[in-house]
Parts: sequence; structure tokens; C-alpha cells
Amino acid sequence: MTTDINTKSPEAAAMPPSGPAPVKRVPRGHKRLLTRRDRITLSFMAGVPTVLHVLLVWVTALASIALAFTSWDGIGFDSIKWVGLDNFKQLFTDNPQFWPAVEHNIIWFVVLILIPTPFGLFLAVQLDKNIRFSRVYQTAFFLPVVVSLAVTGFVWQLVYNPDTGLINSLIGANKPGHYIDWIGDPKLNLWAVLIAASWRHTGYMMILYLAGLKGVDPSLREASSLDGANEWQTFKNVIFPTLRPTNTVVLVVTIIEALRAFDLVFVFNKGAQGTELLSILITNNIIGESSRIGYGSAIAVVLLVISLAVIIPYLIATFRKERRA
Amino acid sequence: MSTLTAGAPAEQRTPLRPARILLHVFLAGTALAWLAPLLWAVFAALRPYSETSNKGYVSWPDKLTFDNFTNAFEQSDMLHYFGNTLIIAVPSVLITLLLSSMVAFYVSRFDFRLNIALLLVFTAGNLLPQQVIITPLYRLYLLIDLPGITMSGKLYDSALGLVLIHVAFQSGFCAFVLSNYMRMLPHELTEAALVDGASVWRMYWQIVLPLCKPAMAALGTLLSIWIYNDFFWAIVLISTGENMPITSALNNLSGQYFTDPNLVAAGALLTAIPTLIVYFVLQRQFVSGLTLGANKG
Repeated sequence: MTTDINTKSPEAAAMPPSGPAPVKRVPRGHKRLLTRRDRITLSFMAGVPTVLHVLLVWVTALASIALAFTSWDGIGFDSIKWVGLDNFKQLFTDNPQFWPAVEHNIIWFVVLILIPTPFGLFLAVQLDKNIRFSRVYQTAFFLPVVVSLAVTGFVWQLVYNPDTGLINSLIGANKPGHYIDWIGDPKLNLWAVLIAASWRHTGYMMILYLAGLKGVDPSLREASSLDGANEWQTFKNVIFPTLRPTNTVVLVVTIIEALRAFDLVFVFNKGAQGTELLSILITNNIIGESSRIGYGSAIAVVLLVISLAVIIPYLIATFRKERRA
Repeated sequence: MSTLTAGAPAEQRTPLRPARILLHVFLAGTALAWLAPLLWAVFAALRPYSETSNKGYVSWPDKLTFDNFTNAFEQSDMLHYFGNTLIIAVPSVLITLLLSSMVAFYVSRFDFRLNIALLLVFTAGNLLPQQVIITPLYRLYLLIDLPGITMSGKLYDSALGLVLIHVAFQSGFCAFVLSNYMRMLPHELTEAALVDGASVWRMYWQIVLPLCKPAMAALGTLLSIWIYNDFFWAIVLISTGENMPITSALNNLSGQYFTDPNLVAAGALLTAIPTLIVYFVLQRQFVSGLTLGANKG
């Protein structure tokens, strides 16, 4: 997202071929030279994508909000009934899955930000040292990010399966009476899924930090080591502070990932007890037998509010910075 | 690790130090641990079920064959699902690139007031969790009748429906990246064309787009993998198992055809092959796309 990353990274193949072209704000654009036909072309070029995006993403998001205050069986618009805050009341007080789901989404974020994110940073710092085979290592750590989450779910099931899985076979817990049910046991399954999620997240964070590190001015490092700072001091006092833009991106990406978490859990156990998530509750409400549109929308609104609380400040800060540039 | 001296420029001159060897041991060990789940899946997929059920999965293999792969591929008619994915992914990627480059062209060249607002809408939309919009979207897809256009007669349960939501959702991200890119192209370029009387479309198609090739290649790679890997939209918006793209179909197939863990492993690995090929061939594009659009969740 941040232009810092894409302008500084020599990795980015995506740099305009022409060199010196800083973003200069041109006061009027080309508008004054346009013919009538040009104006029509332009309005189509901007209009068609905007209409499609707004209709399918924003109108539906707003519809989620509106429907959250209604009860509707989905048959005919006449049957939409305004019920005020009933759906929310029921959700907050009456749904045994709701608060666990909120808790699990929070745990998801906390685990991702505390374990794979620092580890990804650590790997990036090591791989940035101009060492041999750096590419090979990077490929290994990054592979889980490329493979779909559905495949990841199936692969980890082979590791966790109580009868045939790698872990239980190794520790001898695959005999009746000794079973450790990594996927079914509600005390264990969230952590089992989170290991798989962290496995993937580490590589993602590593790549983001590698791009950030490429943008760190080498002379800073040199100056610091000339001053007699050791590696850790250099990292703490010189490198890490300059990674601030990357850290912001990483924080936002991690929050969004935690809110979006779905595929892995759905493949593992469809969000059975122990692994409930907000995204799973919404989906099960749609594909389940007793689909309640208003109620499902109320859960979606909770997710929407949390997401926008993160997205909007972040984007405003980003765009403000860009405008100044 | 504090024994390692920092400073990349000094690296070429210094001989291999113990600390450096230690680092290689650590990295190689970690990398191997990272690959372990995938290698475990490959190992399971290569062994006949009869052997593993007798000897257990952690045992020395007597026989390694590709039988599980061929069986998984044929029994489940996987080719059909790869076909479904192709029908969805190819138009999605192309249309997303076309539409988002048009928006980017407009906001970066013509309207600087609207620029920020429009990009804000697009980017924020792209960051939303998909589940936020799914309930009304699902209803909308059921309500839209398209007799004769899609097999199901509705937007629901059709490839067209999936293409539309992929395009709408992903174009936000692409528009943002491309508009940043286009703003770095010199303004005189298009100004001169306009003075010469070139139409807006020619300016876009013959001047700006060719210069954006690197960014388009990076985004195209990224989009192909994302759309191929998408699981959620098809799970909800497709009801007929036959119409599912491969990644989402995996869920049904694993219950129906992949009756033992070895077949599940083979089936899952087969679906990962196209992404792996794209990744290894276009690694540079993929990584640069990901980092230049680091906002993507």
C-alpha cells in the first residue's frame, strides 16, 4: 500500500521505465483540451468500474446494516419487518456462539502479531544480510503463502489427524485410549489451527519486512557500526525505527487477516465448538438450514464496524501522507 | 546472534565466519521445518493406502508410486473442476486489469479532486472482510434473473456471478496500485498527445497502458493466484457441486472420492500444482506485486 515500499524497493519490477518523474501535482489536468467524445469515453472509463464496485461492495455493505434492523425470510420484499435492535439484543445476550467467536477473533490477532510477525521480521533481517542461498530460504518460507488456505487446511489435517496424523504417530497417541484429538477437542483445536495460520503468516510478514529493509539506507547501518554499535543495538536504534511505514502496513494486514480468518477453520471443522469465528457464524447462517437474514446481517455489522475502525484511520493517514508528497 | 557484525558491504571481503555458518544451519533447519508439512503430504500421497494402514504412516516405505495422484485425478474428474476455475479466473483477471487501469487512468490524469475520494472508496472496499457483504450479496444473486444467459437462470450458482464479485472486489486494490504507478509517468507524455489531437482512448490504450506493463504483469500474477485460491465466494455463491472451481470443490471431493488420507493428500497437492508453477515461473512478479500493494489482506 504505502508508496514508501514500492518506490524504495529495488525488487519491485513495477517501476516506471522513465526515471526522474516525481509526483508533481499538475493544477488542471488535461481537461480543457477534451472534445465531447473524449468526455463521454472518460465518463465510461471511470463510471463502469465504479458502479460495479460500489453496487456489489458498498451497497451490499449498507444493505447489511439496514437488514440488521429487520427480520426477513427472503421471500418477497413485503415480508421485511422492522424490528429495531432485536437482532443485536439477541446476538449479545442469547447466542452461545457469539462471544466465543469474538474472543477467538481477538486471540487470532494477538497470536499472529506476537509470534509469526516478529519471527517473520527476524527471518527477514537474517535474509537481508546478503547471504548465500537467500533465495532458496525465502522460497521455502514463502511457499505457504502461495498455496491456497484450503490446501493448507488439508495438509495440516494430515499432520493433526488423531489416527493417522504425523504428530500422534510420532508421540504414540494414535492408539485408542491415548488419543489426542487436535481437531475435535475444543480446548485444543483453536491452537492447532493457529499453528497452521502462523505457518502461513510468517512468510507473508517476512516478505513485507524484506521489502521494507531493502529501503533502509545502507549508510545508516555503516555509520552505526562505525560508532561501535553491535548488531542488536543497530537493529533496535537504527533499523527498526526506519521500518515504521512497514510496521503500520504489517499491523493493518494482521488485523484484517484476523478478521477475515475463515478458510482454514471451515476446512478443519466448519467452526465447530472451540473454533467459532465471526466470519464462520455469518456463513453458517447463510448456508445453514435456518437462514435468518436479519440476524446474519447483525453479525456482519459487528464485523463491519470493527473493520472500518481499523481501515478508515489507516487509509486517511496514508492518503494524507500521499497528498503531501 | 550478537556476535555477528552488521554491515552488508563488508560481507564480500570477509571469509566464512563461524557465526555465518551457525546462521546457515539455523536457516536451513527452519526452512526444512517449514517445508515439513508439505513434504509429509507428498510422502503420504506417494504411498499405497494398504501399506500405510498396515505399517502406520511413520514407517519406512516399501513402495512409492504415483497411483494416488492418478486415482485422485481420475476418480473425481478433476479436469472438469480445473476447467471451471479457468472459466472463472481468466475473465476475472483480464476484466479486473482492464477496469482498474481505466479508473486509474482517469484519476491519475484527469480529475485530481475526485482522485482521493474515489481511491478511498475502492481501497476501503477491498479491505473489508468478504463476510461483511455476503448476506445481502447472496440475496441479490438469488433475486437477479438471467434466463438464457446463465445455466441456473440466475446470477446465483453461475460462473458469471463469481466473475462479477471477483472483479468488483479486486479492482479496488488494483486501481490503487495502478493509479500510484501512473502518477509517476511524466505528465508531458499525455499532454503532448492531447495537443496533437489524440483521443482519450488512444492515449490510454497506446501510450499509458504499454508503459504500465510491469505493474500489470505483477498484478496479473497476483490476481491469478488469489482468484485461483479463492475458497469463500464459491462456497456460498455456488450451490451445484459440479459448478464449483477446483479450490472450493476440494471440500466436497474430499468426502466423496478421496476416501483415505493418502488420496486426500494427493488431491490437495494436485490442486496446489498450478499455483506453484505460476509462483516459481513468475516469482519476481508475484513478490513485487505483493509488496507494492502491501495493504492487501
